[in-house]
Amino acid sequence: MSGTALPSEASAIAPQGFGGMQARSSEALNATPRIAMRNLDFYYGDNRALKAIDLDLPERQVTGMIGPSGCGKSTLLRVLNRMYSLYPGQRATGEVMMDGRNIIAPDIDLNELRARVGMVFQKPTPFPMTIHENIAFGVRLHERLSKPDMEERVEWALTRAAIWGEVKDRLHSSALGLSGGQQQRLCIARSIAVRPEVILFDEPTSALDPISTLKIEELIDELKRDFTIAIVTHNMQQAARCADQVAFFYLGELIEVAPAAQLFTAPRHLKTQEYITGRFG
Amino acid sequence: MSATTIPGPRKDPAAAARLGARRRRADLLLRGFGFAATLLGLVFLVSILATLFWLGLGALNLTVFTKVTAPPGSEGGLLNAIVGSLVQVGIGTAVGTPIGMLVGTYLAEYARGSALGNAVRFVSDILLSAPSILIGLFVYQIMVVPFGGFSGWAGSVALAIIVIPIVVRTTEDMLSLVPNTLREAVIGLGAPKWKMVTLVCWRAAMSGIITGILLALARVAGETAPLLFTSLGNNGWNIDLARPYPSLPLAIYAYAGSPYEDWIALAWTGALIITLGVLGLNILARSVFRQK
Amino acid sequence: MEQRPEHTVRSYSEELRRLREMIARMGGLAERQVADATNALVRRDADLATEVVGRDAEIDALEQDIESFCIRLLALRQPVGQDLRLVIAALKISHGIERIGDYARNAAKRAIVVAQQPALGSLNGFLRMALLVQQNLKGAIDALVHHDAARADEVWAADQPVDEVYNGIFREMLTFMMEDPRNITAATHLLFIAKNLERIGDHATNIAETVHYAVRGENLAGERPKADVSASAVVRPQS
Repeated sequence: MSGTALPSEASAIAPQGFGGMQARSSEALNATPRIAMRNLDFYYGDNRALKAIDLDLPERQVTGMIGPSGCGKSTLLRVLNRMYSLYPGQRATGEVMMDGRNIIAPDIDLNELRARVGMVFQKPTPFPMTIHENIAFGVRLHERLSKPDMEERVEWALTRAAIWGEVKDRLHSSALGLSGGQQQRLCIARSIAVRPEVILFDEPTSALDPISTLKIEELIDELKRDFTIAIVTHNMQQAARCADQVAFFYLGELIEVAPAAQLFTAPRHLKTQEYITGRFG
Repeated sequence: MSATTIPGPRKDPAAAARLGARRRRADLLLRGFGFAATLLGLVFLVSILATLFWLGLGALNLTVFTKVTAPPGSEGGLLNAIVGSLVQVGIGTAVGTPIGMLVGTYLAEYARGSALGNAVRFVSDILLSAPSILIGLFVYQIMVVPFGGFSGWAGSVALAIIVIPIVVRTTEDMLSLVPNTLREAVIGLGAPKWKMVTLVCWRAAMSGIITGILLALARVAGETAPLLFTSLGNNGWNIDLARPYPSLPLAIYAYAGSPYEDWIALAWTGALIITLGVLGLNILARSVFRQK
Repeated sequence: MEQRPEHTVRSYSEELRRLREMIARMGGLAERQVADATNALVRRDADLATEVVGRDAEIDALEQDIESFCIRLLALRQPVGQDLRLVIAALKISHGIERIGDYARNAAKRAIVVAQQPALGSLNGFLRMALLVQQNLKGAIDALVHHDAARADEVWAADQPVDEVYNGIFREMLTFMMEDPRNITAATHLLFIAKNLERIGDHATNIAETVHYAVRGENLAGERPKADVSASAVVRPQS
């Protein structure tokens, strides 16, 4: 891979050059950040997987994260809900500010944080229980609801996840009997039932067929009215379709972040351009 | 892309034919040996089962289940031995299962990769393959000798010690089959770890764990050696666990070695009952596992 | 020229290269049309002019080819970034060149008529204008093919001399017509030919603008330098 800038492009590329560029969320999006990362580093043991990340997740917007495998985009998501704290030897330094608090500080109540920052995974992860119990499970962790209130919440969550119509007659049968796409929407419903503020999607459609994928994308578009969303995807078209702003990561660095339309028509950075046009390798 | 020609017999039909013939011969040879070995194993198995049925069915009648052992020549059954086996196996499993499950859970969920975990796993695996008579001797030393006599309790403890490593192993194995993303999904909802383990992981691994427990049951139901030094056996009716306790394997052991024809027949019947019981448990275990 | 990283999918790179080639070929054809039309005019060569009129169909066909090729690329490759800009630019540029071809054909048609009229002085202004717009067209197309924004910027800023020559011809033709009404037919046709060349120059700068976008991903800022004052050459428009 050539790291040289095209002669005619040299001026189009940030003067700091590859690696030194401190990309920032574009002010053009004009929204207050729900989560603001400053100088965020992440380590797997001694391996520095994220390098001085500065990135904002604007309120009620979708931030897409793209980049080749191992670039750190999934790692970044796992910082935002402190999933990494499950594993010894993984640590983050720097600032991840949410409502004036640094959520990577040691004194943060992780269960409360995870109630506020939900996550949907690559493979659907229905719990081995009924559809109703799947939704109620998360709610019960944080709230004590009366039976009718719980019914209402379950219906609300399933409706928001656009799956209510498909499951309302089988709420008390096993969630494992649903199709892959339905399972994934169930998982989204389970996340939003807890009423988080931020939802993290880690390649949510990579295990799904194209139609289910489109349903999930439509759903994400719908959900951003109420939630701040971050989505990691290997599918650039998906980032282009879903995201308001797109962040490109490479080797643990945030290379460029820009509104989706700009990033996919006229990226500022050579590395971004090579990646999105498929000239990597 | 330029198509490269792969060098090989493809170009030489005669060589290809020779190679093909050689391969066919080797295949035939291996298949023949495999078939012969299987046949030999089946012959033994079938003859064992046939003998068992032939000799066991003869004395199988209702009195076997309703009468306790009687002196040779008078009508007697195996009621005391059957009940004794059920009680000891029941207690052994009831005691061994929760311990085994908790140890297995510790290994799979809390101690993965830790030194203590590896040590525990190693010890448990040794226990799993230890000769059962060793366990009988051990319990004899710690329970029979100090408390001054053989007892049903001692027999139950010996069986529990056999159950534990089996349940440890299956629990750990089944929990490691639970995908990590499922765990992260639970944690990601804001659940504490103990809820993750008890409410989701156990449930996801349940059919496998039950299968393990059933197989452990089947294993200890037929154990003779550990009971020999612990509960000793009892020819009379006894449900007091503090005294020597009857059980089917011990009854078989005792009767089969006796010179009385009707006792020997009863031993065969007992063997048939155990075999059928174990077979039933195995079938049940398989069907539980398949339900998953 | 610069090293451009290849696409991971090689056939895609191949297709983009082919697109550039098609544009280059179309641009070359248009240049030749402009040159031949002007030569036919200056040499009073009706045969050459007729040839030019006939050859315009080739340019139209090439535009069709490029258009369907671009649609195919958009549908099958879903280009983004510079590739997307190239495909969009190719669509716009091929349309621009098609217009240039139409102007050249129109000029050739008029050249046939002019050849049957009495000669009107020297037509060196036309030669000069044709040379200038040809250079600009070539520059713009080269800039696209070689991914050279600076070259496109030069073309973009170089339309002024064309306009100046055009203003000169405009005044000259007015003078011929005032001198002798029998010149009106030829002079009017010549005026239209000059206008055609001037429009060709404008299209060349438009193409340069598009090339700049395709290369840099941003639009050229500011007003293009212009010097067409023929609208107010005789009568100043009342404001």
